[in-house]
Amino acid sequence: MLKKRIIPVLLLKDKRMVKGKKFKDFKDTGEPKTAVRIYSAQDADELVFLDIDNNSSSLGNLIEIVKQASEECFMPLAAGGGISDINQARELLKAGADKIVVNTSCVKNPSLIKEISEEFGEQCVIGSIDYKISNNLREVWIKSGKLNTNLDPLEHAKNLIKLGAGEILLNSIDRDGMMEGYDLEYADKVSKEINVPLIVCGGAGNYMHLADLLNNTSISAAACASLFHFGDNNPIRARSYLKNLDIPMRMLK
Amino acid sequence: MIGIVDYGAGNLASVHNAFERIGEHSEIFEDSKLIDKYDRIVLPGVGSFSRAMHLLTSKGWKEAILNHINDKKPFLGICLGMQILFESGDEKGPCEGLGVIKGKVKLLNPSSYLKIPHVGWNNLLPSKEHPVMEGIKENIDFYFVHSYRCIPESKKVILSECDYGGKFVSSVSKDNVIGMQFHPEKSQPVGLKILKNFSNWDGKC
Repeated sequence: MLKKRIIPVLLLKDKRMVKGKKFKDFKDTGEPKTAVRIYSAQDADELVFLDIDNNSSSLGNLIEIVKQASEECFMPLAAGGGISDINQARELLKAGADKIVVNTSCVKNPSLIKEISEEFGEQCVIGSIDYKISNNLREVWIKSGKLNTNLDPLEHAKNLIKLGAGEILLNSIDRDGMMEGYDLEYADKVSKEINVPLIVCGGAGNYMHLADLLNNTSISAAACASLFHFGDNNPIRARSYLKNLDIPMRMLK
Repeated sequence: MIGIVDYGAGNLASVHNAFERIGEHSEIFEDSKLIDKYDRIVLPGVGSFSRAMHLLTSKGWKEAILNHINDKKPFLGICLGMQILFESGDEKGPCEGLGVIKGKVKLLNPSSYLKIPHVGWNNLLPSKEHPVMEGIKENIDFYFVHSYRCIPESKKVILSECDYGGKFVSSVSKDNVIGMQFHPEKSQPVGLKILKNFSNWDGKC
């Protein structure tokens, strides 16, 4: 039986790890290398690295961090942030990434998804969608939440899957860093309407929030950052909490 | 020494790093003519069946790999590297495989609402024992990421299955060849244990 995944997200800025609220007010949360080592020891199911500087020199930093991570831990690694051409994807894969997270280019240059999936397979591309609610409408924002595209997140997701995305990462900007729970109903609706695994991000503040997201839904994975950065929480405890609620979790030994 | 075949697709660093971690010397090599240098070969792979076969055929790998296998040296195929051991695949059009194991590769067809690709941690359902799988308990999870499944002609080659809305074959073995649909290099300590077992395997079972 396939288990539900819990995926720590590492946001990277100037070679450091940061975490903000609603994509703003970033606080330093430590050294990525140390975090990778800890998450590896805690048997996280997978790691996602997102570079939020989005410039040419920061890509070099991201590659370096992924390279170190792949020497350190033997779990799936996804990486992205400002990926705009296939060579950057190739570099990241060569450094040890298994999956490439594409966000802004999904809108600006959707054929990139097609290119990466044709060369490296659909399992290699995570279509990442950040959205915000305004006037009761959910709309896709790009450029780290700075530019509204007016696109509908669900329609956008379906389009990315058509182009070759093997997974969708759905992130609520309104809930980011707030630790008040996921955008449950919407995440469930999106998951029901798409045929690839859905990773949901934005809002986890305690283990119950993870359970609410994963219990009795077809959602594949809960991604979280603040939950593990702030407070005495970790993937081991999260897993045992969810296991007690009969949510299928990975068996390690 | 362990040779990791680099035919131009996918993340090879992880496989190499995993062998380093367990103290086994391995090399990633791009020239198929160098295959005789290695006493055991790993064929990793992501991407599509037809693209992989195209790359393998155009660079002399097909013959080199078949020779290695015929010499009874240990061989490990991971994910797509397992799938192309079969006779044919139909990902992005019908395509001939290496034909080491009789059977074909087809799209997963899970029942009900389950999603494709099959991504995440899932446990093996062992069909028989094998030196490379020694010490691995039944309920332990391994990391999978794939959309296609191998359908061997003979049940004798099935080493384990896996349940994803119905059973599919998650590992196969035939003489000195072993194939895994999951990624041992991405499955943390249990995966490293399998790679260690492979490093010590004499190719007999």
